[in-house]
Amino acid sequence: MITQEQKKLAQWALDFAIKNGCQSARVVLASGTNSSFEIREMKVDRLTQASESSLRIQLFVDGRYGSFSTNRLDKKELERFIRNGIESTRFLAEDKARTLPASDRYYKGGQPDLQQRDPAFESLQPDDKVKLAMSVCEEMMNKDPRTISPNSSFSDELINRYLIASNGLEAETSRTSFSLVASVSIKGDGDARPESYWYDSSLFFDTLIKTDIGTKALERTIKKLGQKKAASGKYRMVVDNLNSTRLISPLIRAIYGSSIQQKDSFLLNKLDQKVLGDNITLIDNPHQLKTIGARYFDGEGVATRKMPVFENGVLKTYYIDTYYANKLDAAPTVESPSILQLQLGTKNTDELIASVDKGVFVSGFNGGNSNSSTGDFSYGIEGFLIEKGKLTQPVNEMNITGNMLSLWNNLAEAGNDPRESSSWKIPSLLFNDVDFSGL
Amino acid sequence: MNYNRRDFIKTGGMVMLGSLAAPALIGGCNSGDATAAAIGVAMAMNHFQVTDNDLKRVLATALEKGGDYAELFFEHSFYNSIGLQDGAVNSASSYIDFGMGVRVLSGDQTGYAYIENITLDEMLKAARTAARIADGASQKEPVNLTEKIPGSFYAVQTPWDTVSTKEKAPYLQALNDKIFALDKRVIKVNAGMNDTTSHIFFCNSEGVAYYDYRPMITFSASCIMQENDRIENSYAARAYRMGVEFLNDEIVDTIAGEVVEKTSILFKAVKPKGGEMPVVMGAGGSGILLHEAIGHTFEADFNRKNISIFSDKWNKKVCNENINVVDDGTIPFNRGSINIDDEGVEGQKTYIVREGVLTSYLHDRISARHYGIPSTGNGRRQSFRLMPIPRMRSTYMEAGNVSEADMISEVKKGIYAANFTNGQVQIGAGDFTFFVKNGYLIEDGKLTQPIKDINIIGNGPKALADIIMVGNNYEMDNGTWTCGKDGQSCPVTCGMPSALVSKLTVGGES
Repeated sequence: MITQEQKKLAQWALDFAIKNGCQSARVVLASGTNSSFEIREMKVDRLTQASESSLRIQLFVDGRYGSFSTNRLDKKELERFIRNGIESTRFLAEDKARTLPASDRYYKGGQPDLQQRDPAFESLQPDDKVKLAMSVCEEMMNKDPRTISPNSSFSDELINRYLIASNGLEAETSRTSFSLVASVSIKGDGDARPESYWYDSSLFFDTLIKTDIGTKALERTIKKLGQKKAASGKYRMVVDNLNSTRLISPLIRAIYGSSIQQKDSFLLNKLDQKVLGDNITLIDNPHQLKTIGARYFDGEGVATRKMPVFENGVLKTYYIDTYYANKLDAAPTVESPSILQLQLGTKNTDELIASVDKGVFVSGFNGGNSNSSTGDFSYGIEGFLIEKGKLTQPVNEMNITGNMLSLWNNLAEAGNDPRESSSWKIPSLLFNDVDFSGL
Repeated sequence: MNYNRRDFIKTGGMVMLGSLAAPALIGGCNSGDATAAAIGVAMAMNHFQVTDNDLKRVLATALEKGGDYAELFFEHSFYNSIGLQDGAVNSASSYIDFGMGVRVLSGDQTGYAYIENITLDEMLKAARTAARIADGASQKEPVNLTEKIPGSFYAVQTPWDTVSTKEKAPYLQALNDKIFALDKRVIKVNAGMNDTTSHIFFCNSEGVAYYDYRPMITFSASCIMQENDRIENSYAARAYRMGVEFLNDEIVDTIAGEVVEKTSILFKAVKPKGGEMPVVMGAGGSGILLHEAIGHTFEADFNRKNISIFSDKWNKKVCNENINVVDDGTIPFNRGSINIDDEGVEGQKTYIVREGVLTSYLHDRISARHYGIPSTGNGRRQSFRLMPIPRMRSTYMEAGNVSEADMISEVKKGIYAANFTNGQVQIGAGDFTFFVKNGYLIEDGKLTQPIKDINIIGNGPKALADIIMVGNNYEMDNGTWTCGKDGQSCPVTCGMPSALVSKLTVGGES
């Protein structure tokens, strides 16, 4: 947790900024500790441990704005740092849109604890963390003579944040996270050594999945042996729940206030219009206990709320922070998503695959990009051919190409299996008519 | 430590330590003059408020559990950024990062800890944490420290701390105005200028100590244009290890012209039909092919672990004998250059492919020891928070002897790739990709229809072997290339002459 001493320092910095010429200011003080233990072939390969803290102060000076961060938290140094920040900000052009949020939009407290912090964090011992990572590595050892360099890691982190603003905001968060990762390579015929991985992460040590992480990584790797390019053409595409968030990211980026105001969005002027398929409803649902991504306020301290993002394919909101709301002369919402939930279907990944006569199951993306202005995308992929409901040939070195709006209008079915370890709860997805480039 | 007593000077809205900011001295520290460099180290120790005895004690503590090597990496970095949006320079940000990391090696195992508050007690605590990678008794004593003089590939004339937002802002404004003046379809311009100054002090248990002053500047613009209902965007930038002397009217004109040209071509462009076809890689940014297809897979951590597709290829022929590929840390003022790496090894030029043979991996200390050869000086880290790992510097292919026109004329049906945004590689499988922001169709030996927004995917060894022509028009791309690996970002560059790859898989409509 943020100590009283740290809180006093943040308040002192805020007061100092106001006394020295700022009309308003916001301070974020963050502190945390982290550790990581990486195992390779049942030997500790790397261990890292550290604690850190930083202070960020956002200054609103004579209608101008600057943001300044440092990890030097001595008051004398901070005095110079803030004074220089104010002076630097004064050289900028005036920008009347730069304001703090109206104070009635701030989170006021009084809600139940979202339970983002595991009290057991401090009591975990390094030896126990190493043992856990070893057990994950052990699952990959001596199972297949073709495997190379089984690797696992345990890492944990505690991050505390304290946020205050000169117009009445005081809020804080404390969040822990724990993760276990396994990766392994395999060499079959030829020079290729395909690699795959599996992981779990959780806010709480008790709920972290601790078994079968290595086993799954190994299974996923072995399945890759014999990858080759398939013929170019239009296929049905199933994307697994490890990779499906990749396809929602361009949609979310397109509805940020900055993208809209800068006219760099393929969803410009589309609010309350039907832009995606009828079967797509996406909700931002931020107040879920013990859930990754849960929060009562955004980075500006503005209270979050449950809201639809897309409803039956209709765009229902933009993510507009105070600055871009002022610039757009539009109502602000919140600056970014918290927990995104896509309306689920009834099938898991295997059942979606079973429903496809001829298609491609995408189990990994490899590079690519999406044009933020037009929604045109092209991504490298790997995965498997689907033939008569079954995975057959492993494929790689192929691209999918299209447009985000066309793609999401071709969503045939969403699965029912989003991963708990992601704040964006996007299940496996089945799309029709996707252009694949290969042979 | 009583850091507060240090004398700060304020220069143009940013804070900087006076003892390290004097331009003449900084020039001297990087001039190769031994006396000046020694003064740099002494001042660095003074700056971080550490004594020779402190360093020896911390290094000895780091080795107390039986580690065979220890190093201390001190960093004080200043990041400044100003931004232009909607016609005005209206945002500024700065970040100061300060701290030190302790690394202990025991064979190929690594213990690492870092601190932000540099006191002897904190350093000793970090050293004990890192020392735990070993589990025995002390076997080595640290050697007395001796100055190592870094190279001098980026001496600055005018450091960034001597100018303020006031002096920098007019260049952003001029860039904005120039872009709007060049094309009536321009509706938005975002421009940014980021300067960084890092003071690095390093010492290790083998007695090496150095101080390095690392400047960096990036100057960039993105442009949005509208033609009827269609909107397109593109980006142009330049980045160097230089001081304020980087700024001039010419660089403004160059970036403005480039971003307008790269955006306007998109209105004529279409998505091509996808599939396997020959690809002519244009000169310059096509170096991304080298970075992704072979650069990463030549990084020796992957090879010593036997997980790279090139793990068995050292000293073997991997491509046409006309091909030479270099990873170079010594190009003056280049974004990827390093006077000395983050493990105390001098900056150098390394041939990774010579006359078609894979002559060297890119080594850090651990991999060099594994292979029993000297490090190539590729041990780099993002900051004191992270341990060094093998990273590229400036990776490029040397010029061949074919004209680009002759190369294009060889292609019946294919793609010419002109500009790129990003790439990726799978180290073991060897599959690499790069995203082509714009290019052209090649039909019957001629450039015809512009194309855009397509991913190209290939396999490293196959693509390297499929380079059948190398152009005589080598160019370095001095854009803002930033490489990501193991959660660490690292400034790099890439370059290439035009080259014809006989077969790659091009994304597109079926």
